[in-house]
Amino acid sequence: MQPMTTEQIRALIARGKLKDTIFQALGIICLAVGLLVIFLLVSDMLMRGLDRLNLDFFVEFASRRAAQSGILSAWVGTILVMFVTALAAVPLGVAAGIYLEEYAKRNWVTDIIEINITNLAAVPSIVYGLLSLGIFVYAFGFGQSILSAGLTLALLILPIVIVSTREAIRAIPAMIREGSMAVGATRWQTCRYHIIPYAMPGILTGVIIGLARAIGETAPIITIGALTFIAFLPPMPFTATGADGVSAGLFDWVMSPFTVMPIQIFNWTSRPDPAFEVNAAAAGFVLMGMVLSMNAIAIYLRYRMRKNIKW
Amino acid sequence: MSANNVSDLHQVSDRLAHNAMRHFSERLIEALLFAAAAVSVLTTVGIVYVLVSESIQFFQVVSIVDFLTDTQWTPLFDDAHYGIMVLISGTLVSSGVALLVAIPMGTIIAIYLSEFANGKVREVAKPVLELLGGIPTIVFGYFALLIVTPLLQKVFPELPGFSLLSAGLVMGIMIVPYIASLSEDAMRAVPMSMREGSYAMGATKLYTAIHVVVPAAVSGLAASYILGISRAVGETMILAVAAGMQPNLTWNPMEPAATITSFIVQVALGDLPHGSIGYQTIFAAGLTLLLITLAFNIAGQWLRRRYREAY
Repeated sequence: MQPMTTEQIRALIARGKLKDTIFQALGIICLAVGLLVIFLLVSDMLMRGLDRLNLDFFVEFASRRAAQSGILSAWVGTILVMFVTALAAVPLGVAAGIYLEEYAKRNWVTDIIEINITNLAAVPSIVYGLLSLGIFVYAFGFGQSILSAGLTLALLILPIVIVSTREAIRAIPAMIREGSMAVGATRWQTCRYHIIPYAMPGILTGVIIGLARAIGETAPIITIGALTFIAFLPPMPFTATGADGVSAGLFDWVMSPFTVMPIQIFNWTSRPDPAFEVNAAAAGFVLMGMVLSMNAIAIYLRYRMRKNIKW
Repeated sequence: MSANNVSDLHQVSDRLAHNAMRHFSERLIEALLFAAAAVSVLTTVGIVYVLVSESIQFFQVVSIVDFLTDTQWTPLFDDAHYGIMVLISGTLVSSGVALLVAIPMGTIIAIYLSEFANGKVREVAKPVLELLGGIPTIVFGYFALLIVTPLLQKVFPELPGFSLLSAGLVMGIMIVPYIASLSEDAMRAVPMSMREGSYAMGATKLYTAIHVVVPAAVSGLAASYILGISRAVGETMILAVAAGMQPNLTWNPMEPAATITSFIVQVALGDLPHGSIGYQTIFAAGLTLLLITLAFNIAGQWLRRRYREAY
C-alpha cells in the first residue's frame, strides 16, 4: 500500500466527518417523521372536527344524523370501564409485583410465573378479547357488559403494572428492608410501611401508562361483542330505570351494555357517509387528548422521581 | 412451682400465641400475594383452554388439511371454504410493509440516540417516541384511511380506498418506537471501552457504530425486530379500518385484503350465535394468530440467548 500524503489523509478525515454529519441528519429526519405524524394527526383531527367540538358533542347520544351525534355514552362508558379495569388491575398487579420481588423463592414456580408474564406482554390484544368472550361473556355469564370489558382490559394491562411495580421495588436499596426487619418488623410490615410507600411513584407511573394503553384498546372490546350503537347511559345507582320504576342497585351499572370512545370512533370511521368522518375526527381528538395527557403525566412523574429520589 | 413462675409462663405463652398469630397472618398474606401472581398463569391457561377447546370443535367439522391448503376463505357463505392461507397472506403482506418502514427507521433512530445524540436531544426524543407509541391504534387507523391513503393516491392514482399498503405503512410508524427503544437499550449496554478502542484506531463515530457497536448488540437488535414482527402480526384496528375486510389471497400490497385479526373483528361485529361454526371460526383464527406470534417470540428469546455477547 502506498503511504498517504497529508492531503489524502485530510480528505479521508473530511469524508468520514461528512458521513457522520449525513447520518446525524438522517437520524434527526427519522425522529422528525415521528413528531410530524403526531402533529399531522392532531392538527388534522382538530381542523376536521373543530365544528363538532362544542358542549353539545359531549352531552348528546350517538345518532343516525351525523350533525346531531355526540359522545355522551362513549365517554361515560370509557370512564366506567377504566374504573373497573383499575379496580381489578392495580391490586392484582401490585400484589403480584410485591410477591415476585419480596417473597418469591428462586424455584421453578417463580420461573414459570416470570416467563409467563414476559410472554403475556407479547400476546396480541385481540386474543385477550377471545379469552374474555369464552370465559367472562359465556362461561361466567357476565354478558357484553362493562364488567366483562373492564376485566378484559385489566388482564391486558396486568403485565405492565407488574413490571413497573417490580422495577420500582427493585430500586429501593436493601438497607431499607434490613433496617425495618432489624427493629422487629415482619416481612409484610416491611412491605406495608416501607416498600409500598417508597415504590408508590413508580407504581403510579406504571398504572397510568397501563390505563392509557387500555383506554385506546378497541379490538378486545369489539371481540367480546360490545354494541356500537348505544343511546342510553348505564343505570345510576338508586335511580328508577325504565317503566317499572324499580330502583337500580349500587352495582347494576357493571352489568349494563355500553360503548367506549374507540368503538364509537371505529363505528363512525367505517361509515360510508363522509359527514361521520367529522364526528370521528372530533371524537379522535378527544381520545388523543385523554391518552396524551395521561402519558404526559406519567412522563412528568417519572422525570420528577428521577430528580428527587436519592437514597 | 412458685406463683411468680406461673405468671412468667403465662406471659411467655401469651407472647408465643401472639407470635403464632403473627406468623399465621404473615402466611395468609404471602398466600394472597402468591394468588395474585398466579393470576397471570391462569390467564395463559385460560387463553390456551378457550382457543384450543373451541378450535377442537371447529376441526371436527373442517379438516386441518383443508384449513391449511384451501385457497378460499368464505366461512359465512352457504358454500363455506376455510382456507386460512387467505388471511395469513394479508397478515404477512401488511406486516412486511410495516417492517420495511419500522426496521430501518427504528434502527437509525436507535443508533442516532445511542451513539450521536447528546443528553438534551435524548431527553426530548424519548418522550416523543413514547407518545408516538402511546397513540391508540384506532386513531392510527383513522390516520391511515383518511390521511395516508389520499396522499398515496396522489402518487399511485390506481390505489383503491382500502389497501394493505397504507395500513402497513402506518403500522410501521406505530412499531418504530418499540424497535427504537429496545435497540437503543441493546446498544447502550455495549461497554464504552469497545468504542474507545475503535476511536483510538482513528475510526469515525459512524464507522464505530456500524462495525463495532451494532455487531456487539446484534442479539438485542434481532430480539427487537422480532418483537416488532409479532406486534405487526397481532395489530388489529389499523387493518380493520384501512385495509378493507374482504378475504383476498394476494401478495400485492396495493390491494385490499382481510387479515387474521381483521376477520375476527368483522365476525365479532356481526351477530353470530354462541356455539355455531362461524363462532368457532374466530377461535381457530385466533389460535393460528397465537401460534404465529408465539413462534416469533420463542425465536426471539432463542436468538437473544444464542448470540448474546457477555462482557
